[in-house]
Amino acid sequence: MEMITQKLMFYFPKCECEKPIIYHLVKDHGLIVNVFRAKVTPEEEGYLVLDVTGTPEQIQSGIDFVKTFRVTVNYSGKGVTWEEQRCTHCGYCVPYCPTEALRLDNPATRRVIFDESKCIECLACIRVCPFGACASVF
Amino acid sequence: MKTYEQINDRISSGKAVVLTADEIMDYVDKKGLAAAAQEVDVVTTATFGPMCSSGCFLNFGHSKPKIRISEAWVQDVLVYSGVAAVDVYLGATQLRHGDPANMYYPGEFRYGGGHVIEDLVAGKSLQLFALSYGTDCYPLRELRTYFTIKDLNQAIMVNPRNCYQNYNVAINRSDRTIYTYMGRLEPNMKNANYCSAGQLSPLLNDPLYETIGVGTRVWLAGAQGHVYAEGTQHAGLCERTADGIPTGGAGTLALTADMKQMRAEFVRGVSLRGYGVSLALGVGVPIPILNERILKYTCVRDRDIPAPLIDYGSDYPQNTGKVIARTNYEELRRGEITIGGKTVEVGSLSSYYKALEIANLLADEIRRGDFLLAQPSAPLRADTKMKPLVRREPS
Repeated sequence: MEMITQKLMFYFPKCECEKPIIYHLVKDHGLIVNVFRAKVTPEEEGYLVLDVTGTPEQIQSGIDFVKTFRVTVNYSGKGVTWEEQRCTHCGYCVPYCPTEALRLDNPATRRVIFDESKCIECLACIRVCPFGACASVF
Repeated sequence: MKTYEQINDRISSGKAVVLTADEIMDYVDKKGLAAAAQEVDVVTTATFGPMCSSGCFLNFGHSKPKIRISEAWVQDVLVYSGVAAVDVYLGATQLRHGDPANMYYPGEFRYGGGHVIEDLVAGKSLQLFALSYGTDCYPLRELRTYFTIKDLNQAIMVNPRNCYQNYNVAINRSDRTIYTYMGRLEPNMKNANYCSAGQLSPLLNDPLYETIGVGTRVWLAGAQGHVYAEGTQHAGLCERTADGIPTGGAGTLALTADMKQMRAEFVRGVSLRGYGVSLALGVGVPIPILNERILKYTCVRDRDIPAPLIDYGSDYPQNTGKVIARTNYEELRRGEITIGGKTVEVGSLSSYYKALEIANLLADEIRRGDFLLAQPSAPLRADTKMKPLVRREPS
């Protein structure tokens, strides 16, 4: 069976944070989990951005399991956003981005592009962008 | 040989041949210098990047009763009011009142003068808070009101220094991360930042100031403005390559234009972590192709432009003047350079993409006959150096 990797973002409303969701994704659904970023504080809403690797069926059963906890699943995994209108394409962020999610698409025009699928949400771009083009949803 | 009048006649009749400084080299390689000089009327140059020495004069008009503003803040950013009653100067690098600056190092500097200027041009509603000591003719002592750029009598950008001819490449040889106006520099030369449009940059296409002078009409963030003086720190007398390209800073331009005609996308507030706020501006300058020599200068390529590497961990702050290595813009644009066998990642604070957009917008305006060239009333000086500040004891 073909293994695929999908980036997901889970949004936990208040009080759904105490259950060991990741443990069950690994143990019961056979998924390989790579957590990029998490903010899960008791009594507060929480976020989790992660890659899950498995067969499409395993991933689907894992997502169905997660949804039983009133957790919202965002399939684009957009924990970090890049607002093209605010970007001036200076390229200052490019060397600080460790995965080349932010890069120049063409050496002649030097336009900056953001490849969401490569973003590991290290937040380096948010700290360096002089124009506030990059932001975190949490 | 062509004159400004002949070129303007061709622009007015919609017949002018206009190329950008990004296109002209290949065109001249193909056509030959003599034929291209006959054919081409204007080459457009441009740059987009942080230009700290920028700001604007605002005139609010008179309230009832009148006030002679002695202190004022726009969006809580202090403006200079040591001019007439309701005139103020808003500077790009002024911090917002209460900004902790670098107290919690490195500071974030989220909002300041540059951001107010961006919001003003974008047509946003801004708060004015003004105080006065009160006079017989100007009795009001305090004022808080809201305005947009449309409410102002004048909003005139007056920038003492823009468009540095060439610039440092910043690197850090110290053992800690430093936060500078050239960005975040990692220790032990891990990265380097530059800030120039290189082959597209105005003064690199007219290195000896043969066409760009006081009175030259420029495209300033979408408005038609002009060079009102040489920029501060202008230093035409400097080391140059055989082609006249300065090996460091050199010339600068003082620019002005009506902000009511500007486009917000080319007037952008800048927050540099650990350093402060600034304003990124888009500038376009047309170069009239009066003769072959002027055309040849516009054919400058990134590889012909030397770029001095300066250690911002020590030599820059201590003002030693030391250059640790030299590279050029072609190498910088590859994204990494090699210094003493070490590979250094390179980033830019200047947007070539936006500069290219501006060069094309200006070229289109000239082709449409909407932008005429202005002959300078005085040249930029080529015989002055930049002086340091000498610290003296009282005499």
